[in-house]
Amino acid sequence: MSAAELTDLSILELSKQLGDRTVSSEEATRACLQRIEKLDPKVKAFLLVDAEGALAAARASDERRRSVGGASPLDGVPVALKDIMLTEGVETTCGSKILKGFVPPYDATVVRLLKQAGSPILGKLNQDEFAMGSSTERSAFFPTRNPWSLDRAPGGSSGGSAAAVAARLVFGSLGTDTGGSIRQPAALTGTVGLKPTYGRVSRYGVIAFASSLDQVGPIARTVSDAAALLQVIAVHDPKDSTSTRNQTPDYLANLEQGVKGLKLGLPKEYFLPGMDPEVERAVRHAAREYERLGAHVKEISLPHTKYALATYYLIAPAEASSNLARYDGVRYGLRVGGNKGLMEMYFQTRAQGFGPEVKRRIMLGTYALSAGYYDAYYLKAQKARTLIRQDFASAFEQVDAIISPTSPVTAFKLGEKTEDPLAMYLMDVFTLPCNLAGLPGVSLPCGFSTSGLPIGLQLLARPFEEALMLRIARAYEREHDFFREKPPLA
Amino acid sequence: MKLTLAEVRHVASLARLSLTPEEEALYQGQLSAILDAVEQLRALNTEQVEPTSHAATSDVPLREDVVEVSLDPQKALANAPATVGTSFAVPSILE
Repeated sequence: MSAAELTDLSILELSKQLGDRTVSSEEATRACLQRIEKLDPKVKAFLLVDAEGALAAARASDERRRSVGGASPLDGVPVALKDIMLTEGVETTCGSKILKGFVPPYDATVVRLLKQAGSPILGKLNQDEFAMGSSTERSAFFPTRNPWSLDRAPGGSSGGSAAAVAARLVFGSLGTDTGGSIRQPAALTGTVGLKPTYGRVSRYGVIAFASSLDQVGPIARTVSDAAALLQVIAVHDPKDSTSTRNQTPDYLANLEQGVKGLKLGLPKEYFLPGMDPEVERAVRHAAREYERLGAHVKEISLPHTKYALATYYLIAPAEASSNLARYDGVRYGLRVGGNKGLMEMYFQTRAQGFGPEVKRRIMLGTYALSAGYYDAYYLKAQKARTLIRQDFASAFEQVDAIISPTSPVTAFKLGEKTEDPLAMYLMDVFTLPCNLAGLPGVSLPCGFSTSGLPIGLQLLARPFEEALMLRIARAYEREHDFFREKPPLA
Repeated sequence: MKLTLAEVRHVASLARLSLTPEEEALYQGQLSAILDAVEQLRALNTEQVEPTSHAATSDVPLREDVVEVSLDPQKALANAPATVGTSFAVPSILE
């Protein structure tokens, strides 16, 4: 098999071939490295490629498969990580100059779990600085490009994770999702991106943005691949106090059971004037397809949806301003100044280390938490959050899952939305209510625009019902295998 | 809601950010626009509503307090810009 053919396999197809010993992990890893060398200068998904580390892990995996058998279905399947995840001995920047040169002394729990499962880790993927952004243009280093159209953004903030999977540079990746940062780039790159229920996956060793919202999740090319990756990382971790002790179900067991008899809700608030009509058409078509497959689709209302954006853009920056106080030039990362004392060092380090979007959100969050404004902004937003959660709780009394567009538009041009922060924040309008409510959500491809750009369908489910959500996603994918379409570049 | 330059400077000082005059002007405009956009929350009646501070849907019991080996001090110090012995070194705090 050529590198292009090999890297076009799904995770589960490669896993089978590794098990049958018709291909080795070293071959698969070298194929990825070849693709990265050839295509990543155009896509720019990677901040760091760890060829040596990945090949060593691949050879160890091959040896394991020869002697005792695979440690997991993922044993030998090369993947890559958003640079927000700490990797022992491998530079981790979170897309920020303030962490340039930072070499973590330990692995994030999700990284440890992937290594234990036997996955070679190809490197670290680009992202908006501290995951604040929806286009990956806010990386302190360079923007990542959308493999479907190189002059367009791949979405964000996990844009590197999505672009690398779409361009067949890796078989799967991990991203993080605070307001849509897995699902929105998945939608814009024609991949499957899953945000688990808050508490399902450990955040230990994952650089914090907004701790009441952050979750780690997989990006892959198929629903089954996303399920296989989730299986590895959805493990209780005593080192994250929000990590659930709920049993991890078998996410692959019931994937093919279809949607007959299931009730799906189409929220009327998720179809806005001004959204791309091609996106609306594709999503409404998907809803009809679900009816054809035996599901009952009904219109529902989530009446507080219009308050979600404002709620999110108070809560997330408030938490971020607190979390990012740790970048002070003392224990790790950049230090600037200090001749005039400690205070001057704080001010200079943070002024030079943080980029414009991060500063903007720290300012906004600090303001919302400051004396005299706390009740009017932060507390008010927390109360609005309660109403948004209650909307979902009522909806899930009537339906088993919610279907909607993931993003109001398809991939936009680089530079198109960087001048106006509010225009960029609107990119998350359909994804962030899910984070506020702590629900699981997934985006999967549901068609292409006339100009050939992918369109994403979002599914939301009750807390800890990832298995049902994946089954619903798979029912659509079985009928419409858009994932077989490759970006022109790949 | 229009933020004044003095308010922008006050918030930047709380956040330990040194801003250039250009940044102050930029954030004055942009933060004012964002605050205008979030003003819509005022229309929402939340008198009887409890705040939600996190989204955890299952209980989060504490783990057993067991003594175990934690990060080696040398490893913990390895990324520090300056150290003295097993401590982080900082510029002078008192004038």
